[in-house]
Amino acid sequence: MPDRRLIALGVAAVACMVAFLLTGLRGNIAFVLELRAIKLAALLQVGVSIAISTVIFQTVTGNRILTPSIMGLDALYLFGQMLMVFLLGGIGYVSLDPWLKFGVEILTLMALACTLLLPMLKRRLDMGLMLLAGVILGVLFRSLHSLLARLIDPNEFAVAQSASFANFNAVRSDLLIFATLVTAGAAVLAWRARHILDIVSLGSDAATSLGISWVRTVTGLLLLVSGSVAVSTALVGPVAFFGLLVVALAERIVDTRRHAVLLPAAALIAIVVLVGGQTLFQHALGNSSALSVVIEFIGGILFLLLLILGSRR
Amino acid sequence: MIRIENVSLRYRTTPILHDIDLTIPKGGVTALIGPNGAGKSSLLSLIARLQPLQTGSITIDGLGVDSTPSPELAKVVALLRQDSVIASRLRVRELVGFGRFPHGRGRLTQEDCNIVNQSLRQLDLTDFADRFMETLSGGQRQRALVAMTLAQGTDYILLDEPLNNLDMYYARTLMQALRAIADENGKTVVIVLHDINQASAYADRIVAMKGGRVVGDGTPAAIFTPDVLEGIFGFRMRVETFDGKPLVLHHL
Ligand SMILES: Nc1ncnc2c1ncn2[C@@H]1O[C@H](COP(=O)(O)OP(=O)(O)OP(=O)(O)O)[C@@H](O)[C@H]1O
Ligand SMILES: [Mg+2]
Repeated sequence: MPDRRLIALGVAAVACMVAFLLTGLRGNIAFVLELRAIKLAALLQVGVSIAISTVIFQTVTGNRILTPSIMGLDALYLFGQMLMVFLLGGIGYVSLDPWLKFGVEILTLMALACTLLLPMLKRRLDMGLMLLAGVILGVLFRSLHSLLARLIDPNEFAVAQSASFANFNAVRSDLLIFATLVTAGAAVLAWRARHILDIVSLGSDAATSLGISWVRTVTGLLLLVSGSVAVSTALVGPVAFFGLLVVALAERIVDTRRHAVLLPAAALIAIVVLVGGQTLFQHALGNSSALSVVIEFIGGILFLLLLILGSRR
Repeated sequence: MIRIENVSLRYRTTPILHDIDLTIPKGGVTALIGPNGAGKSSLLSLIARLQPLQTGSITIDGLGVDSTPSPELAKVVALLRQDSVIASRLRVRELVGFGRFPHGRGRLTQEDCNIVNQSLRQLDLTDFADRFMETLSGGQRQRALVAMTLAQGTDYILLDEPLNNLDMYYARTLMQALRAIADENGKTVVIVLHDINQASAYADRIVAMKGGRVVGDGTPAAIFTPDVLEGIFGFRMRVETFDGKPLVLHHL
């Protein structure tokens, strides 16, 4: 039964991609198609990265409300980026090879995420405590980010300036190949870990009884989450509630938490929402930059609903 | 054989277990009894390497629990915790199937499915197999967790108060099932029980703990005497003999 729903989701995702590529095609068709294909590739990566990172993060922390971005991971990424500008100077930063730059940024995020989050994940914390810690960490990184931004001079700031809102319309295409590699790698690793993730969702004690080395496994998964967050944040900027929305939808639709089904379902839904939504806004509503606002709005409301319903359960 | 030597445990400065030396022979049912806070769960979690050993050593069939790779150990010993939390949106059959994880890393063969079905039958869960865990009653949930532990198929099975939430019928059924797998399949069952009459009826051996120490170790007939029980639980109770086994009238 979940398989049939997965197939339906797959069909919907492909339909959205085709619509995205072909709707309102005119002018220099080859040129426009190439542009759209590049953008489509970026959107696919963002969707897949966010789906993977959110599912894994929720499984590891054992709740369905927290996402990497609510825990401030994307803020952490931006902070790492700003730190590089601060240390290297604007010129130094810009003249870095983009691949090298992105590579260093991913590694920085992985290192920071592990030092900060791992102590919290060794034992599962109570949901309220996690949420509080996440909010505090998020605020902390955002303030550190703007502190650094104030310390460096305005010209250099322009280099690192990153929108505080995601913009699915202006994705970065210079990182395309590298980001594709990272996303594909993350997707393969996540898929191979699908059975382990099922066991991890039982919590540290049950997982240890079943032969999982908890700390090692959680560290690996956290690295995977960090890599995925780095990709999506680098490409479009921070997205607070998109992951939450996608995974909650996926869970409703496939009605299971088994990762062999949930992971692909979440990725497909992310693609449908992103690519389909972008097509819709671009051609039907004529305002392509509003998608992120709408997604965040709906996602934010869902977040509140889950919080309220969750606390009543 | 589980061999526990010089094991002590402290949380920060509070000592929990004091120099435990205990050998649990292979095969049979051993009941661990003792008042709340005696350290029974702590001892089991050390045996099942849920927390690191601070001092001393524990070996299971010669495998050191702190030196043997975790996946290896998961094929030898299974633990059901006293307070297991269960992930949501999980069907009973899926949960029980997770018990097979140590053997196939998540891929279920036909043999695995047979074992899962057998565990489901043993705990009378066949009708619930496709229900979500959160839609079950407390006792049904507990039975599903026991089924998962049994499905792991280990030689050593540690159960921390598995009779919690079970009605009389299922408590008796579970004890009989444990007795059967000990007798017929040569499994070693270590079970924490608060109902000492269940311990008396089904266990070969009683280990009594109090204040982080082992204060009694012997057959039910040797431990379940008014004097020994008073030493453990702090009040006097009448003990009768029924069908050749001690029957403790602890509620009177
Ligand atoms: N995480 C912890 N931190 C501090 N003290 C703890 C912790 N876990 C258990 N203890 C203490 O260790 C002692 C032994 O606890 P344990 O859970 O092993 O008892 P138990 O014999 O299983 O009791 P019960 O019959 O109530 O399950 C208790 O005094 C308890 O307060
Ligand atoms: Mg206990």
